[in-house]
Amino acid sequence: MTMSALSIENLSKCYDGKPAVNDISFTIEPGEIFGLLGPNGAGKSTTINMIGGVTRIDTGRITVFGHDNRRDYRTTRRMVGVMHQEIVIDNFFTIDQALKFHAGYYGFPDDPTWRAMLIERLGLGDHLHKVMIKLSGGMKRRFMIAKALIHKPQLLILDEPTAGVDVELRLTLWDFVREINRQGTTILLTTHYLEEAEQMCGRVAIMNHGDIIALEETAALLQRLGTQRVIARLTTPLAQLPEALLPYQAVLSMEGTQIDLVLSPEQTSGELLRTLCQLGLELADLETRRANLEEVFLQITQQADTATGRRAS
Amino acid sequence: MTSKPRPFVSWLPFYTLLQKEIRRFLRVASQTLITPVITASLYLFIFGATLGERINVVEGFTYAQFVIPGLILMGIINNSFSNVASSLFMSRYLGNIVDLMVTPITPSQFILAYTLAAMIRGLAVGLIVWLISTLFAPLPWAHPFAALLMAALASFLFAQFGIIAAIYANNFDALAMYTNFIILPLIYLGGVFYPISILPPVWAGLSHLNPLFYLIDGFRHALLGTGDLPFLLSFFVGSGLATILFLWAALLIGKSYRLRN
Repeated sequence: MTMSALSIENLSKCYDGKPAVNDISFTIEPGEIFGLLGPNGAGKSTTINMIGGVTRIDTGRITVFGHDNRRDYRTTRRMVGVMHQEIVIDNFFTIDQALKFHAGYYGFPDDPTWRAMLIERLGLGDHLHKVMIKLSGGMKRRFMIAKALIHKPQLLILDEPTAGVDVELRLTLWDFVREINRQGTTILLTTHYLEEAEQMCGRVAIMNHGDIIALEETAALLQRLGTQRVIARLTTPLAQLPEALLPYQAVLSMEGTQIDLVLSPEQTSGELLRTLCQLGLELADLETRRANLEEVFLQITQQADTATGRRAS
Repeated sequence: MTSKPRPFVSWLPFYTLLQKEIRRFLRVASQTLITPVITASLYLFIFGATLGERINVVEGFTYAQFVIPGLILMGIINNSFSNVASSLFMSRYLGNIVDLMVTPITPSQFILAYTLAAMIRGLAVGLIVWLISTLFAPLPWAHPFAALLMAALASFLFAQFGIIAAIYANNFDALAMYTNFIILPLIYLGGVFYPISILPPVWAGLSHLNPLFYLIDGFRHALLGTGDLPFLLSFFVGSGLATILFLWAALLIGKSYRLRN
């Protein structure tokens, strides 16, 4: 039996009596890139902080490669690297000094080869001897990634690593994360850029108000819940929308020359084409676009809010 | 029945945190070492070279000789406290304390590293003040081992107080209050500049409630060979208070009070 990289069992956390994380359970297998998604205040950072040891667990259990993160905290913290959402730096020291300190905090002697590799891959070389306070926001983010990796963790947790960073750094970062992952590091990430999660993560969990409301493979989630948008452009304008198109949430626009339609997962494009032909509509153009993770995410969270009578924050 | 093996504890996190804390105060040495030494030197000049020649409070010693032990201990106390209080509070305030909270450093390593760094700064300031004081008056060093013991005890005690203050303080004003409203009055009323024996009985009695009186008198006793109190009484009162503050600080750090949420 293989051991999970991360196992979360019935984890709960309350702040002032209000549940921030509400009895959640999931596992991440070694080698996965797993996305934890959700709107602000969903409980993602609280969950991550409980894994890393910054936040106390109220009830439940977290194990990292089979080790309980409270009982065997010395073991699990050496296995986990956390890049926090907020920029956390010590302004007194340079990048080089701080990286050496961070390896030591984890009980690892400085490894100059590994440190040099992180510095080179994250483009920190020109700023190595600058004190933190003089670094730009992007450089601080790069340093934080290096800091999370300096002790060669087996599980890397990235909490909103690309929040507020430019496109170049985002691309550099994701390339590097994929490379680290290929070398065997398991990744847990949260991001608000859902197209990134769609590209990066094999599986995703969606949190809302402290609950996990979806947890499955990204492709399967998109397949299961992903709607498809269809735009039909007509050669002859329509005065009125045919009743047969109402099941497709059809909307007439562009002075009657365009129909916007939505295909739910149960409806097929072939079926829609037959309906359009039966109606005798002459098509100038037909454009289709599959829903992305962002739309699925909104759909799921709004459904969850409607079911519980809450509005998304 | 076989017991579960204890997990391996690396002391590298402790050495690293200690090294970082020492480098932190060395990096701003103008504030952390030079300023306190200048302050103490000014006191030495005022009481040693000017007013001191007109004051005679203890038989057999000049006023400069009387006041120097108090000034050395004042430097040790202030700097041991400030080192840990400002460093730990800043880490909490700026949020970079989470960098330590996610590491395998144990609570005992955490306390030990902060305490030792604070003691090193405090004792370094004390040493420099003593060296400068030799320009004004020589000290007999009656009981050198006891003097070093009292110096170490005072710096340890105020390092613990610094940890406690850094944990409880909610802002910079609150942290400054510990210095301005607790440490400073206790030092000035603790017999740095005068022997308690010359005070009226009521004030002399009240001074015995001041823990700094025991530390200062014990240190002076060890250096000059005479004091208001028996040395062992000063040592045991200082040790008792240091133990209480250490246990308090250990409880706070052990429970990660205000360090984890």
